[in-house]
Amino acid sequence: MSPLPTPASTLAQKLIARAAGRNHVMPGEIVNCQVDLAMFHDSSGPRRLKPMLEELGATIWDRSRVVLVLDHYVPERDDESRRIVKIARDWAREQALPHVYDGQGICHVVVPQGGHIRPGMFCVGGDSHSPTGGAFGAYMFGIGSTEMLGVVVTGEIWLRVPQTIQMVWQGRLAAGVCAKDMMLHMIGRFGMNGGQYQAIEFAGDTVLGLSMQERMTLSNMSAELGSQVGLIAPDATTRAWLRATGAEVADTEHWCTDQGAALTRHDFNASTLAPQVAAPHSPANAGDVTQWAGLPIDVAYIGACTGAKLDDLRAAAGVLRGQRAAASVKLIVAPASQHDQRLAEQEGVMQVLRDAGAQVAATACGACAGYGDALVGGSTVLSTTARNFKGRMGSAEAQVYLASPYTVAASAISGRISDPRAFATVIDANGVAA
Amino acid sequence: MSGSVREAQEHRVWRFGADIDTDVLAPGAYMKLGIEGIAPHCLESVRPEFAGSVQRGDVIVAGPNFGIGSSREQAAAALVHLGLAAVIAPSYNGLYFRNAFNVGLLLLTCPQADLLQENERLMLEPQESSIISALSGRLACEPVPDFLMAMVQAGGLFNQLRQRLATQAAKVTNTPPHTSSPR
Repeated sequence: MSPLPTPASTLAQKLIARAAGRNHVMPGEIVNCQVDLAMFHDSSGPRRLKPMLEELGATIWDRSRVVLVLDHYVPERDDESRRIVKIARDWAREQALPHVYDGQGICHVVVPQGGHIRPGMFCVGGDSHSPTGGAFGAYMFGIGSTEMLGVVVTGEIWLRVPQTIQMVWQGRLAAGVCAKDMMLHMIGRFGMNGGQYQAIEFAGDTVLGLSMQERMTLSNMSAELGSQVGLIAPDATTRAWLRATGAEVADTEHWCTDQGAALTRHDFNASTLAPQVAAPHSPANAGDVTQWAGLPIDVAYIGACTGAKLDDLRAAAGVLRGQRAAASVKLIVAPASQHDQRLAEQEGVMQVLRDAGAQVAATACGACAGYGDALVGGSTVLSTTARNFKGRMGSAEAQVYLASPYTVAASAISGRISDPRAFATVIDANGVAA
Repeated sequence: MSGSVREAQEHRVWRFGADIDTDVLAPGAYMKLGIEGIAPHCLESVRPEFAGSVQRGDVIVAGPNFGIGSSREQAAAALVHLGLAAVIAPSYNGLYFRNAFNVGLLLLTCPQADLLQENERLMLEPQESSIISALSGRLACEPVPDFLMAMVQAGGLFNQLRQRLATQAAKVTNTPPHTSSPR
């Protein structure tokens, strides 16, 4: 007897079916999944997990599947952060964790750069930007510490199989327009719960044409779209990037959405997209940069997993080459990882940024989460980060606007929110346009 | 009608708007502290008097997208610490939804939450998927799956894990010594 043919499935359904040990899963079903990788950081991880594990008398189900990243409270600034970081370091040693990244940068960038996230995997992260892993064709989403405890003890997690919402982008982005603008546009259109905790999948020739790190920006900000994951079907770009990290990548053809799979599709034209800005205090307050052009800014912040990866630093440097930030503007660059900062240094990108007057901050979550070098007072900030909630960056009085590295760089020069397309020739000449 | 004393209680309503985010519920600046240090600052940027005046058994009624933002479960645990009996809203952020049940906070998804008034008294009937308002009558909520209801009743996932491990340990002790696991 031949087996029944498997119905057409979305990428999300296929990834979940594999983790649940099933041939096929249907949206709405509640299933139990085996976790391939559990990532957590100094804030969500050891300081919460250690006491709970001790109270339960339980142990980690599989150390080889755990990755710990110290990124939220490093570099330590006060007694409390020293205490939190010490707990993480001591616990990592005690537990002999094989995968620990200490002060290497932000988890969502460092963990893929370590080759830990590969197509087909089912992963959880103790941080809301964990959907970043979806850029590699892995089902990865964020959970809280107590749920992480459940994973760490059992190796399993429940899931309601999501519907898929496909965001299909076609056409070529203009010089000075990038993945961050695509995301702000989608969040502005659908709102912060537009994803309804379903699976978003980014597709279309524009997405296929994006670099791996630009794809990571899309998946990263799926969190701000309110989806559980932000998936991108793996392809040659994914395989090449992962192989460069030293990761072994098997065949990836299976990890795509089948023709005829049931999903909701939205279409976008990349060629007409203007640079986007999101006004305080929500990423959903997004619109064309022209709406806010001319607004004076005090701080230009290029940082975070969302907006300070190598490709983001290159974009900013493309605009800032040979230019200086306005005297009225404090330009801060906090690269997302040491690895990216080293490459940016080798390429001369860091020098361009320093020559433009940038103050280089630690490769950590820093001001983005208001944990580290929090911003103070009622300044107006234009930032490459993901969130501009009231008080998010450390001051309830601050007015935080969100934009791409191109827009933040262009605005740093003029001291006012500015359209980076005015620098299109510069960007083209520097070869960093999308 | 459920017979439990807890559900027969009246619950005073605190009204909040839409898109209440996790930075408002558990501000980043206090995240280095334990829950007893975070809870006094819960919601202070929108209602400074909240944490100081809220009474055990009160409920929050909010607009759509409650709990958007970070994975920090302190944003739900702070409400448990302050004694909130439930949050009632038309929709939640998905990650917050998971966290709330994991720390033992009941979330009721009520499309008509907007009818509920500041300071009014409610009765909750989660098993019947409804809320009873003296002003608006019986409002329907989305059913809470049984396994999540059980999680709230246990006081969260931690307590359930403890029970599960205790049951496993009991089984191990009851088996002959040569087959028992080290722990």
